[in-house]
Amino acid sequence: MADRVIYAMYDDDDVIKTAAKKLVADGIHITDVFSPFPIHGIDPIIGVKHTRMGNVAFIFGLIGMSLALFGMRYFMIVDWPMNIGGKPNFSLMENLPSFIPITFEFTVLFAAHGMAITYLLRNKTLPGMPADNPYPRTTDDRFVMEILLSDNPSFTAEEIQAKVKQTDIVQVEEKEFKKIK
Amino acid sequence: MHKESAIREPLILGHKTYHDITEDVCRSIEGKAPRNWYIMFGISLLVGLYGVGCILYLLGVGIGTWGLNKTVEWAWDITNFVWWVGIGHAGTLISAVLMLFRQKWRMAINRSAEAMTIFAVFMAGMFPLIHMGRLWVGYWVLPLPNEFGSLWVNFNSPLLWDVFAISTYLSVSFVFWYIGLIPDFATIRDRAKSPVAIKAYSLLSFGWSGRAKHWNRFEIVTLVLAGLATPLVFSVHSIVSFDFATSVIPGWHTTIFPPYFVAGAVFSGFAMVQTLLLVLRKAMHLENYIHTKHVEYMNIVIMTTGSMVGVAYLTELFMSWYSGVEYEAYAFLNRATGPYWWAYAFMMTFNVVSPQLMWFKKLRRSLMFTFFISIVVNTGMWFERFVIIVTSIHQDYLPSSWSMFYPTWVDIGVYIGTIGLFFMFYMAYVRYFPVLAMAEVKTILKSSGESYKNGSAELNSGSDDEILTNNKNN
Repeated sequence: MADRVIYAMYDDDDVIKTAAKKLVADGIHITDVFSPFPIHGIDPIIGVKHTRMGNVAFIFGLIGMSLALFGMRYFMIVDWPMNIGGKPNFSLMENLPSFIPITFEFTVLFAAHGMAITYLLRNKTLPGMPADNPYPRTTDDRFVMEILLSDNPSFTAEEIQAKVKQTDIVQVEEKEFKKIK
Repeated sequence: MHKESAIREPLILGHKTYHDITEDVCRSIEGKAPRNWYIMFGISLLVGLYGVGCILYLLGVGIGTWGLNKTVEWAWDITNFVWWVGIGHAGTLISAVLMLFRQKWRMAINRSAEAMTIFAVFMAGMFPLIHMGRLWVGYWVLPLPNEFGSLWVNFNSPLLWDVFAISTYLSVSFVFWYIGLIPDFATIRDRAKSPVAIKAYSLLSFGWSGRAKHWNRFEIVTLVLAGLATPLVFSVHSIVSFDFATSVIPGWHTTIFPPYFVAGAVFSGFAMVQTLLLVLRKAMHLENYIHTKHVEYMNIVIMTTGSMVGVAYLTELFMSWYSGVEYEAYAFLNRATGPYWWAYAFMMTFNVVSPQLMWFKKLRRSLMFTFFISIVVNTGMWFERFVIIVTSIHQDYLPSSWSMFYPTWVDIGVYIGTIGLFFMFYMAYVRYFPVLAMAEVKTILKSSGESYKNGSAELNSGSDDEILTNNKNN
């Protein structure tokens, strides 16, 4: 049987937060929330884990830093040492002070781009990707909860709808679930 | 919810809802462009094309067509380069540094300031490239394996640091700007009517749908990018100043340059933001979002950084005497009293005296006055770079080779042309891009919106006790 989904629409971020708290307390698993802007504090309520994007940036930064240092050591010390104004070029340590700016820039370059690309890939937001927000107004001023029936095996669709209707909803709708991406 | 003191001035005026914010920002994108827009765009396009023509001519005949001579071998090109990079510093400062400091007033101006940054850095990057004379070998600045033996670029040279700094800055600023733009493009996409607009904004919005997990990542990614961009902003203009500071030319060889250049960059960047936003808010009817308070905050930044620049000028003067180096002392004496005394006088009045007027509350809250001062500061900062570059070298160690610099029509054309191109990009941006970070402005509506602050907003969030009590207390 194809999965079905219940969409509950709200018109305020604080209302949807209160409603989510109540529904979760009732034992309903909220699959996702669509909103036009980040709702602070909704993540722990619906069980979204904290992102690890910060670690990604750190790792990419390390890669960038090592690449810059290895690269400059190879170019300037190993492959073709140049005597420029009598400045030391015999070892990486001696020449390090003038390598600092590029090492820093390269670290930032790698950390920023590496994290941004990972972010886009993980979100599946890439040029040409289809959007999968259920209603166009969720990017304007509507807040929508997505409750998949397969995530809530202990409730029937009617039970969930009844519980959702007790909160301050604008509308509630049950649909065939179509996975877009 | 984040609480804010009731006596703090609201950042969003009038009775606005989330939907109103969307409407106010999208109106200009969805409607027809006013005639003034076409006029402005047309003028910038023509000026920009003239500039492109001058650049092509320059590439054809070589940089001998500039007014440079064997004494003054750096002049307008590098002046313009540093000027544009400086202007480009405000955008990232607003979006990154003010974000780390949790300044909510940045939300209304960050998008446009970042756009300004990107276009300005783009203009800046052009000058070193065309100064190479042979643009087609511009890729030689990259450490590429090549056929000239294993000859690599010189990683000890500040000029190469510049290449890395500017390109990192340009690309990271762009990424920062675009990541913020994606959700706003999605808003426009979901409202678009015409098939072309739907197609275009679908492509631009990368299929953003605003899931909770995505917003969670969005917030961390923007925070980390802000953390990365903050030292980047400071490093970029420091590295630009190394171009001068690591040389042994009297007047350039000073350790004060990095902090002094960074303060100057922020100073001129904010002036340019004022120039652009004062027009933009009027033309696009965004007075409720970018109002006197925002202008006042920016004027305070201008005043602070202007004072830093003033202190730097005076320190430089003092050190030239105190160092006891006669060449250094002469360089500064010549700046103030030599043939370029007028440029020095412009620099001093425009950059040191004019921002001090912002101490008066009446003046810093006056929009007309702010606009005037912003133009003055922009001009003054151009003169600063001109003074540093040209007056330090035009009378060198050998009096027989002393000379003056006179710009040719190509010098002027290339400079005016970049201003044209900059405004052309900016006009295109205000027409098709959301000029306000909608998603971000919506997050501060409840804490800093006027109607929410004074309690007149009809709170449809009746179920939230927290807000109700808060409302009663007000």
